[in-house]
Amino acid sequence: MTDVSPVVGTERVKRGMAEMLKGGVIMDVVTPDQAKIAEDAGAVAVMALERVPADIRAEGGVSRSSDPDMIDGIIEAVSIPVMAKARIGHFAEAQILESLGVDYIDESEVLTPADYSNHIDKWNFTVPFVCGATNLGEALRRITEGAAMIRSKGEAGTGDVSNAVTHMRTIRGEIARLSSMSKDELYVAAKELQAPYDLVVEVAAAGALPVVLFTAGGIATPADASMMMQLGADGVFVGSGIFKSGDPVKRANAIVQATRHFDNPDVVAKVSRGLGEAMVGINVADIPVHHRLEDRGW
Amino acid sequence: MTSDGPLVGVLAIQGDVREHMWSLRAAGARAVPVGSTSDLESVDALVLPGGESTTMSKLALADGLMEPLRTARAAGMPMFGSCAGMIMLADRIQDGRPDQETVGGLDIVVRRNAFGRQVDSFEAAVAVPCLGETDFPAIFIRAPWVESVGDDVQVLARVDRGLAEGTIVAVRQGSLLATAFHPELTGDSRFHDLFVQMVRQTR
Repeated sequence: MTDVSPVVGTERVKRGMAEMLKGGVIMDVVTPDQAKIAEDAGAVAVMALERVPADIRAEGGVSRSSDPDMIDGIIEAVSIPVMAKARIGHFAEAQILESLGVDYIDESEVLTPADYSNHIDKWNFTVPFVCGATNLGEALRRITEGAAMIRSKGEAGTGDVSNAVTHMRTIRGEIARLSSMSKDELYVAAKELQAPYDLVVEVAAAGALPVVLFTAGGIATPADASMMMQLGADGVFVGSGIFKSGDPVKRANAIVQATRHFDNPDVVAKVSRGLGEAMVGINVADIPVHHRLEDRGW
Repeated sequence: MTSDGPLVGVLAIQGDVREHMWSLRAAGARAVPVGSTSDLESVDALVLPGGESTTMSKLALADGLMEPLRTARAAGMPMFGSCAGMIMLADRIQDGRPDQETVGGLDIVVRRNAFGRQVDSFEAAVAVPCLGETDFPAIFIRAPWVESVGDDVQVLARVDRGLAEGTIVAVRQGSLLATAFHPELTGDSRFHDLFVQMVRQTR
């Protein structure tokens, strides 16, 4: 036995946790009952928040991290991992979530940002973080700050998957472009991406992010989940799409099945039948620019 | 990847399938994902990866894969499970979901999430005498531990310091191998080497 003590919160432990979620669905829940429905449906984790994005949109106002009592209740209710959202830059909300024992923190543009310049220094925490990104540069800046998992931003609370598609295609396309560059071109690429050179070199060599890449924002149907997986997502976050639909239990099961069998249209077709009403959608194009969430985070 | 290595499947329902495939190739096996009964019938052995054990169990049942997995295991197919995969190979679970089924085969009681939540997840050097003198760099993520073992189970490793000192974290029983931690995330291929060697012996 060498003289190495057990050590918590390492990069491998944080990034490894996200690896274990791959191929799975993470569902937004606002109550312990919803968390149980998600677990029963086969979700790999739940995301605790005070209001789903569709309600945040409808009700407006400042949106913050959840009440600790609610998070405790959700942690009590399920045995799968529990994630929770903190506002961008709000390190004190993140400290509270860590002290409650959540398994992952989402520093999320869905809540009202607390700092319009700085994101949370995520290296200071034992608990891992997931952050949203619309492009590769943004993803790499979040990883530089300590994010151990990245998700597309999409446009949460709309049921419109178009922005998630744009973000996923952009991130994957930019990675492919990096991989095709010669070494001397990567200096300029790093400058343009506003990301550290060493990380850019690492991504170019691997042809992939050094962390897991999920999709999020506007996923409302089994077909949406299947498409995003085929576009290269490692897994799926579903926000308002389940509990704002007509039959949450059935839809939760269907989206889990569609994510598992994303490349088998026969299965996706089968689980798409008789789901009742999908969430009422909002076209991203109809949302005033200053209300769009994808522009939050920098 | 060698062309004459044994063909080892990785159960591809959910979890870190890709990392196990890389590790198996590093150990000289051919590796393929296994997502259906026909996939299962084509492989010499199977790895059950890390992931969320409740999801894996539920989807294996939904897909009609659980019984074929049990049949293959009973027929002597070598299987290796890490973390959630260890839970899937255990005969009995504590702190699982009440309806959680397993493939079984390992005469052990596994306690799910035994080391705590993600903030308690850790790395530690663990002595594994059967793999040589150098400690294994073990990564524990919301990991289970082995609460008790039957007479035929060989204990390969225990945590040897801290609050969980003495806890069993790696076992072997015949052609079944299981670890509470994640060798596939480490770049140290000794567990996969051992498993591929077990597969070669049974072929």
